[in-house]
Amino acid sequence: MTAFDQASAALATFTPVRSKGQRWRRRYGIATLGATIILAWLLIALACPYLTSYSPDAVDVSLRLRPPSAMHWLGTDELGRDVLTRLLYGSRISLVTGFAVVILGAAFGTLVGGIAAFMRGRGEELIMRLTDLVLCFPPIILALAIAAALGIGTMNTIIAMLVVWWPKFARLAHSLVLVQRSQEYVEAAVVIGLKPMRILARHIIPNAVGPLIVLVTLDLGNAIITFAGLSFLGLGVVPPTPEWGSMVAEGRELVEQWWVAAFPGFAILSVVLGFNFLGDGVRDWLDPKARQR
Amino acid sequence: MPDMRAPAPPSTIAATPVLAVSDLRTQFFTDSGVVRAVDGVSFTVGSGETLGIVGESGSGKSVTAQSLMRLLEEPARIVSGSILFQGRDVLAMSHAELRKLRGAGMAMVFQDPMTSLNPVLRIARQVVETMVAHGSFGEKEATERGVKLLGRMGITTPKRAINSYPHQFSGGMRQRVALAMGMSNEPALLIADEPTTALDVTIQAQILELLRELNRDFGTAIVLISHDLGVIAGLCSRVLVMYAGEIVEEGPAEAILSHPKHPYSWALVNAVPRLDREPVAGKKLTAIEGAPPDPLSVTRGCRFAPRCPFRIERCAEHPELLEIGIARKSRCWVTQAGVGLDTPAPAPSPLRDRAKPPQTLSREQRDQEIDPSPLLEVKGLVKHFALPKRGFLEPYRHVHAVDGVDLTVKRGETVGLVGESGCGKSTLARLILRIHRPDAGSILFEGNEIAQAAPAAIRPLRRRLQMVFQDPYASLNSRMTVAQILEEPLRFHGLATTSTECRERIAELLETVRLDPKSGARYPHEFSGGQRQRISIARALAVKPNFIVADEPISALDVNIQAQILNLLLGLQEELGLTYLFIAHDLSVVRHISDRVVVLYLGKVAEVAPAKDLFAAPLHPYTRYLISALPIPDASIERRRERLRLAGEPPSAVDPPSGCRFRTRCPLAERICAEIPPPLIEHGQGHFAACHFPGKF
Amino acid sequence: MPRYIASRLAVTAVMALLATLVIFLIANMVPGDPILAQLGDVAASNKAFVAEWRAKWGLDLPLWERYLVFLKGVLHGDLGISIASQRPVLEDIAQYAPATIELATVGFLLSLLIGVPLGMLAAIKRDSWVDHLARAVSLIGVSSPTFWLAFIMLALFYGGLQIAPGPGRLDPIAFSPPTVTGLFLIDSLLAGDVATFRDAATHLVLPSVVLAAATLGLITRTTRASMLDNLHQDYVRVARAKGLRERRIVNGHVLPNALIPIVTLGGLAYANLLTGAVMTETVFSWPGLGRYTFRSAEALDFPAIMGITLVVALTYLVINLVIDLSYALLDPRVAR
Repeated sequence: MTAFDQASAALATFTPVRSKGQRWRRRYGIATLGATIILAWLLIALACPYLTSYSPDAVDVSLRLRPPSAMHWLGTDELGRDVLTRLLYGSRISLVTGFAVVILGAAFGTLVGGIAAFMRGRGEELIMRLTDLVLCFPPIILALAIAAALGIGTMNTIIAMLVVWWPKFARLAHSLVLVQRSQEYVEAAVVIGLKPMRILARHIIPNAVGPLIVLVTLDLGNAIITFAGLSFLGLGVVPPTPEWGSMVAEGRELVEQWWVAAFPGFAILSVVLGFNFLGDGVRDWLDPKARQR
Repeated sequence: MPDMRAPAPPSTIAATPVLAVSDLRTQFFTDSGVVRAVDGVSFTVGSGETLGIVGESGSGKSVTAQSLMRLLEEPARIVSGSILFQGRDVLAMSHAELRKLRGAGMAMVFQDPMTSLNPVLRIARQVVETMVAHGSFGEKEATERGVKLLGRMGITTPKRAINSYPHQFSGGMRQRVALAMGMSNEPALLIADEPTTALDVTIQAQILELLRELNRDFGTAIVLISHDLGVIAGLCSRVLVMYAGEIVEEGPAEAILSHPKHPYSWALVNAVPRLDREPVAGKKLTAIEGAPPDPLSVTRGCRFAPRCPFRIERCAEHPELLEIGIARKSRCWVTQAGVGLDTPAPAPSPLRDRAKPPQTLSREQRDQEIDPSPLLEVKGLVKHFALPKRGFLEPYRHVHAVDGVDLTVKRGETVGLVGESGCGKSTLARLILRIHRPDAGSILFEGNEIAQAAPAAIRPLRRRLQMVFQDPYASLNSRMTVAQILEEPLRFHGLATTSTECRERIAELLETVRLDPKSGARYPHEFSGGQRQRISIARALAVKPNFIVADEPISALDVNIQAQILNLLLGLQEELGLTYLFIAHDLSVVRHISDRVVVLYLGKVAEVAPAKDLFAAPLHPYTRYLISALPIPDASIERRRERLRLAGEPPSAVDPPSGCRFRTRCPLAERICAEIPPPLIEHGQGHFAACHFPGKF
Repeated sequence: MPRYIASRLAVTAVMALLATLVIFLIANMVPGDPILAQLGDVAASNKAFVAEWRAKWGLDLPLWERYLVFLKGVLHGDLGISIASQRPVLEDIAQYAPATIELATVGFLLSLLIGVPLGMLAAIKRDSWVDHLARAVSLIGVSSPTFWLAFIMLALFYGGLQIAPGPGRLDPIAFSPPTVTGLFLIDSLLAGDVATFRDAATHLVLPSVVLAAATLGLITRTTRASMLDNLHQDYVRVARAKGLRERRIVNGHVLPNALIPIVTLGGLAYANLLTGAVMTETVFSWPGLGRYTFRSAEALDFPAIMGITLVVALTYLVINLVIDLSYALLDPRVAR
């Protein structure tokens, strides 16, 4: 069969116009799934005292290491605490730290990078070399060192993560503003006589914000994994605070009692997948050209 | 030596043509529907013949070219028709057969030489692989032959060139490499898809000359795709005109260019200002209104009818492409009935028809008109840009974008600024508008020195000094509606304070640029390129300026749209008494619109003269070359023209030549040219040239 | 090209110097007085004794002088004494490094050998099952926490199915091969000990797969995007118009271009490997730098943490230097 025959055959079966719904689902189906997962976890974080009759800190050694059952759906841990309850409560700290690190880091980084791109010259050079310097450390190792220096605790871990988090946003914001600055529509705004702040607020930011939003969304999952990792290493939260990373750490040697470590890890995976799905969707929505990839 | 400019031997109707295309249909199956990009195209190419395909963007000419070699990818499909190459049907070939055909019997050269060579492979490999893949030569012979081919294509040091990487070459050189690759197996047919569109006019002339030679020396048939009638006229013996996926006219180049028999060809021919003719009937160009039809919906009748000034009732039926004379075909009811297209004046469009009260000039503006002092006076302007450092230890290097430019613009006149890419014309515009701050020199605008003034001091002047940009897609903020775009300058300069005032003024502005006054609520992406350029003009007009710098405002547009925008600019000048600094690379447009012309070369002024004098008696050798390189859309003139060939390429602006900038390419250059930069001296009434030997060429 | 290399070397040296400064500053911003913590309450109350200690450790000097002392130490390979092991940090690191290098190399090769072909196939056969598989692999790879993935693998293949060996580099009863390189795979072969080689290899399977997962996701995704970018470039159409075979177009034209961003990815991949190593080694009781880091973090063994951070940062800089240089080899446009 020649290509020509194939083409004519294809033409015969081709339905030229997809329905609006089909196109929407093809484009945003995955993103909707991601948004649903995140929304579910947010609701859980808000409502967890009402979702379970156990307390996350109730120690009962007689109940230790029970496998999943009707009483304890996800079993109990070494101290006899209900794994499901701790898992639900654990969503609070993961989501709060994730959002805190990314939003604060993005805000600071964007501000610094944007200012650097707008002022040019020595200040720009200085700021960008500083980001280079932070970026020359593998992030989690640097965060580990800083967190260790500051001492264990959620607040300290967030601070440590912020130190390593802002440079990538500064980098992105810097390049975005630089690109927009030389666009003709910005030059047109200069020719009109608009003041720099207005040009930044009205013209540059609305056009540069898309990739930043995408990075923020994709990065939320990243921040949650990193915080859980630091907690796993014993730096994130002070026990007995329920937290997914430290729950996995507690169960990491219990290969026979797999439920203690397995389920909190699933929770992390689901949230991170959710943010990744959502981030891809947001990217498609903001930049239709990226869909070609 | 035989006459190089001799046309290809008249197409002897060979027994079997090299290429016979019949009823070719190529369609794009997109999510929003089927686009009939090529819709029933038939034509033949004789052995050794040169055929031109002309049309505006979206007419289907490039898709036709790519269909010939079946190079299109999903979602494009060839749905019917036949393509006979030397008697064999390309559409019925297997993939292996097709591969044997491509690059051997039929070769292709693409539009953008900057992207069509693989950046990480040496030239040698890219030239040699074509010959080796078809088994015509072994690796070693192919390399030897590659060197010879590069030399044949006009590359001066082919042995060194073949071991270089593409990024080491300019666009023109890369196009020569692409031609060497295309010709390496001596194909019977070479398809050239807009091969000179991305190049400067002097380089374009070199490449066209080369194509002419290849056709003559190798007997290769050439299909040349172009939007530029001048390019087609110089090379092709026969022309197809395409519109909305169909061939609308076919015939010998000379006949079509001098007496078009389809209203669309007629419009194409008349829309471009010509270097060899005085503008008739004022400066207004013949522009047809509107834009090509939406490719998703097919009209029943003649596809050109909605825009056609010659429209008759019968045009509601779809016409066929019929013979109307010896070797001439047209798809038009009017000419098929034997009526000529030259007589009737174009029917005025409804929009143009609307009687517009001429805007009365304000007292202030009228006063300025009589003011004899120049509106803008630029002296010794310099701008060097630092390149990004190549490395930590490397010194900064600078592009000498503008290097000591003097320029005067009088009230009410239009000054044209021409030069090839990299000559600094766009930078000059941005310096005058103080988007960039000059390194040295002075800019007097209405007597105010603004070269080094603080932004706050310039702000009030911006009301009278505006700019229209080149790229209609980049110059409008895509996140703002048209009304918001126009409101910003109004509000900022306090020209409209209440929202009713704004609305009225916006509607008025849209009407001034011939757009629907109700379209303010829409976003820029809902408009075509030409319409966006009108919005851009409206934004500049919002503050009622008296001086507009237009930076290549039409170079991104199709010829018909170009004519519309030029007419609009000319009309506005009449109505509002505007002064223009009009920047372009197209000499014929500049000559058409300008009172005086300034020629820039590598950051310096080469020549300044009243438009007529400049074209009648250029003094600077570079100006002469520029004029000579421009193709004229008339096949008979184009073939008889004595053409000057400017060798080489412009030197780098990072390290410009000492003395006269042009000396490295100038046939007159002597020692003095390398030692002393020639000053810009007045040689006649308002005619300045920066040359040690003015007019000696 | 020599100028380019010189310039990159200079940048790396400056960054390395700055990195030591950053680490010094982190070490000196510890809340509380390290001396008081080390001396204990009785000694700390004796002011003269504290002052003597300060003088002994140079803590009475101004900050910048202390930095110079620290820098001098670093240049002489003195990273301080680990609190937990009471040995010089550099010695500890030298002891644990080979295990990590072995694990990381195998993991990296694994992710490269699977990731690049998978990404290529996904791009060429877009929207086919390969593409969907590649997307799933990369999504799960980048979304699952390494420490958890390590646990799941161990629980499933060692605890559950019992087809994989337990934690550690060798069976508990086996002896290490005589140390030459410290890499068991190589040392056992050098000693001609096939049984130990097999033992070491089987112990490597699970941890290296886990370690590869995150990097694999990254590499697959980037390869696919980069291939797609290049498949639609003009030069590919030109190559097709020349009549080249599709295989030759992909391997000869597209791949050399598509590889460029994958090389730049190397630094990121390496950072992932290090993070992954900390987690993986902890779960698999792998006696490498990762587990040393974990233990030091757990014990708040400050000199050890700082020493590791410095060594890792310097290695990271060297890796990035190598990447920059190979980039210049791959892309003729970089260094003229």
